[in-house]
Amino acid sequence: MSHKKSVWLQRALLGGAMLLGAGSAAAEYGLNMTPGVTNVSGEVYHLHMLIFYICCAIAVVVFGAMFYSIWKHRKSVGAEAANFHESTTVEIIWTVIPFAILISMAIPATKALINLEDASDPDMTVKITGYQWKWHYAYPEEQIAFFSSLDAKSNEARQLGSSVDPASVEDYLLNVDNRLVLPVGKKVRFLITSNDVIHSWWVRDLGWKKDAIPGFINEAWTRVEEPGVYRGQCAELCGKDHGFMPIVVEFKAQADYDAWVAAQKAQAGNSKSPVATVVAAVN
Amino acid sequence: MSEATTHDAHDHHDHGPAKGLMRWVTTTNHKDIGTLYLLFSLLMFFVGGAMAMVIRAELFAPGMQIVDPYFFNQMTTNHALIMIFGAVMPAFVGLANWLLPMMIGAPDMALPRMNNWSFWILPFAFSMLIGTLFMDGGAPAAGWTIYPPLVLQTGDAFPFMIFAIHMMGISSVMGAINVIATILNMRAPGMTLMKMPLFVWTWLITAYLLIAVMPVLAGAVTMLLTDKYFHTSFFTAAGGGDPVMYQHIFWFFGHPEVYILILPAFGIVSQIIPTFARKQLFGYSSMVYATASIAFLSFIVWAHHMFTVGMPVAGELFFMYATMLIAVPTGVKVFNWVSTMWKGSMTFETPMLFALGFVVLFTIGGFSGLMLAIAPSDFQYHDTYFVVAHFHYVLVTGAIYAIMAGTYYWLPKWTGHMYNETLGKWHFWLSTITVNILFFPQHFLGLAGMPRRIPDYSVQFAEFNMISSIGGFAFGLSQLMFAYIVISTIRGGKKASDQVWDGAKGLEWTLPSPPPYHSFTEAPEVK
Repeated sequence: MSHKKSVWLQRALLGGAMLLGAGSAAAEYGLNMTPGVTNVSGEVYHLHMLIFYICCAIAVVVFGAMFYSIWKHRKSVGAEAANFHESTTVEIIWTVIPFAILISMAIPATKALINLEDASDPDMTVKITGYQWKWHYAYPEEQIAFFSSLDAKSNEARQLGSSVDPASVEDYLLNVDNRLVLPVGKKVRFLITSNDVIHSWWVRDLGWKKDAIPGFINEAWTRVEEPGVYRGQCAELCGKDHGFMPIVVEFKAQADYDAWVAAQKAQAGNSKSPVATVVAAVN
Repeated sequence: MSEATTHDAHDHHDHGPAKGLMRWVTTTNHKDIGTLYLLFSLLMFFVGGAMAMVIRAELFAPGMQIVDPYFFNQMTTNHALIMIFGAVMPAFVGLANWLLPMMIGAPDMALPRMNNWSFWILPFAFSMLIGTLFMDGGAPAAGWTIYPPLVLQTGDAFPFMIFAIHMMGISSVMGAINVIATILNMRAPGMTLMKMPLFVWTWLITAYLLIAVMPVLAGAVTMLLTDKYFHTSFFTAAGGGDPVMYQHIFWFFGHPEVYILILPAFGIVSQIIPTFARKQLFGYSSMVYATASIAFLSFIVWAHHMFTVGMPVAGELFFMYATMLIAVPTGVKVFNWVSTMWKGSMTFETPMLFALGFVVLFTIGGFSGLMLAIAPSDFQYHDTYFVVAHFHYVLVTGAIYAIMAGTYYWLPKWTGHMYNETLGKWHFWLSTITVNILFFPQHFLGLAGMPRRIPDYSVQFAEFNMISSIGGFAFGLSQLMFAYIVISTIRGGKKASDQVWDGAKGLEWTLPSPPPYHSFTEAPEVK
């Protein structure tokens, strides 16, 4: 208990320090969107930064003028009110300039969107199905299918009144029992749907989320070049345990991926394996 | 109808209201009804605020400490429903009731009995909504957007929530009809449309938005009702329906709704800034046209709330472009406000402070709104705390700041008493510092990957959540000052002059403070 308290205190102090602008903490604690690990996520990130910088520039001009006026045009420094109150010319200027800025934003945004939505010619397909409150992954070409739920440790720590400190759990709430495993260098198409209510499948390093809608199948795609493990969560309110259905994707080199597929198939041959039961239930 | 409110031709002085509780139950007076709306709104602000405190307390640290996840979802859902339909909308209707007749030179609202009815529906609607907290299965917990199929899992609360929404909708539509009838029929001679104060203009346009979209919401929730109880399948794929169709219908209501929540705020700020800059509003007619453009655009952008549902690319592009366009008229408004200040002779009493706070912080919410409009980036932002930060900047430091600015601005006129300026300034500065501690870090949380509507989170989000919660508690406490200042000003205080603010222009300032029970029994001449 006292340990838990001291952790809180530590965090509160750290939080206070960050509020004062400790910039170096930014990377560690995540102030910004990630550039991610795919072309799409990189494009999305650069677009995000572009719009952000444009907004900052506009803010400097508008707030600059406003604060200058607040400073200079105060009654207390003897400012006398001027009389002007309309000008069609400036109204036209500040309609046209923002419009031009918007066009400069719309062009890269359109390009990024068209690329993001182009799921054609995939190398392989994975079917993702949302359940209250877990994910189901199926590889139709490989005859592999399994559920992926919150890991046991996180699940224990997240109970109301649990004695387990979340800080002591590795990847608290972002860890699962069975990871989605995919090969690097392949264009993977996801077919996303749901078994009950609407969920949303989101791994931020891949650069997008897509809703899982019962009765409908949505498409999305990704291509990751380097092996790695990426984590995400359900992003659409789906009931009581919406906060407790994380996503973990592991990208493996082709050889490792093939070995994983073989192991899954071997396991599936063993009828006592839980994975096999699931496959039977699904097929 | 009580005798005191019937017009008596022999009596030229002011009629007093009836005495006691029945005055408030039977009143058809625009000021009494305005007061009822405003006090009801204040009460709901604290009820919804208390729910926000539960949310921030649970999110203070990782792990579940206080409530279970389902109750947490009930809190997020009802916090939003109460703040939107119970706090912000009634506050604007209350301000409209008090001010429209005084601003256009009318004795009262055009439809006084309907006015009474449209208010008195609300306490019943909200008692019913809040009452669902004690029902089997708890209160609605599917978010304020009540998306199917999830909302169809609601327990006993389900039909009560829908009935409550219907009642709120009926109340809003009646209020809107009254506003339109008053503005179009009861203006004093010489008060042409393009001479109306901007608050009147923004409310006129808002009233049309309300009439256009509240029935759409009513339709959507009725379809939910029949899906649950009468075996229809509007939103069920198995029966040939589509859950996403609900989202289209809901947001066809929902996006104009967000402008219903902000256009009157634009009007209030456009009244206040010229007063304290001692300079006429810059670009009056462009302000009117900008408001009308925003209202029009609000009908063709709804699907930007649902970029991730899997629309065709052409649809996504259309909604992205249309949404970005809204930045143009909104920008015009902000530029006009800054130009109004430019070369003015400014003072910074509490209403002006809140109005300036509005301009800066609402604009920050506008920037994040522009970022959210960019569909590819929205695939990252959507349903994260970035969105939560965005709409709290536009609703709390936007709509609610404007309501508070308006309250401080007109309270001396309404009560005849000056509020305590020192306390008012303290309220502003405390609110403004704490609201930024509350909501600014939520931008970072969202970008770093924290989804919204989750009761617990990964430890990497701990610091910013704790900061946000501390800001939340402090902001919540600061609002007790507001209640104290308002109530003590109603009860007494330094006598306010009729003019109240030396730079104030408009018919309401020509009336005594407090104004007579019937505002203008003889129509004033407007030149």
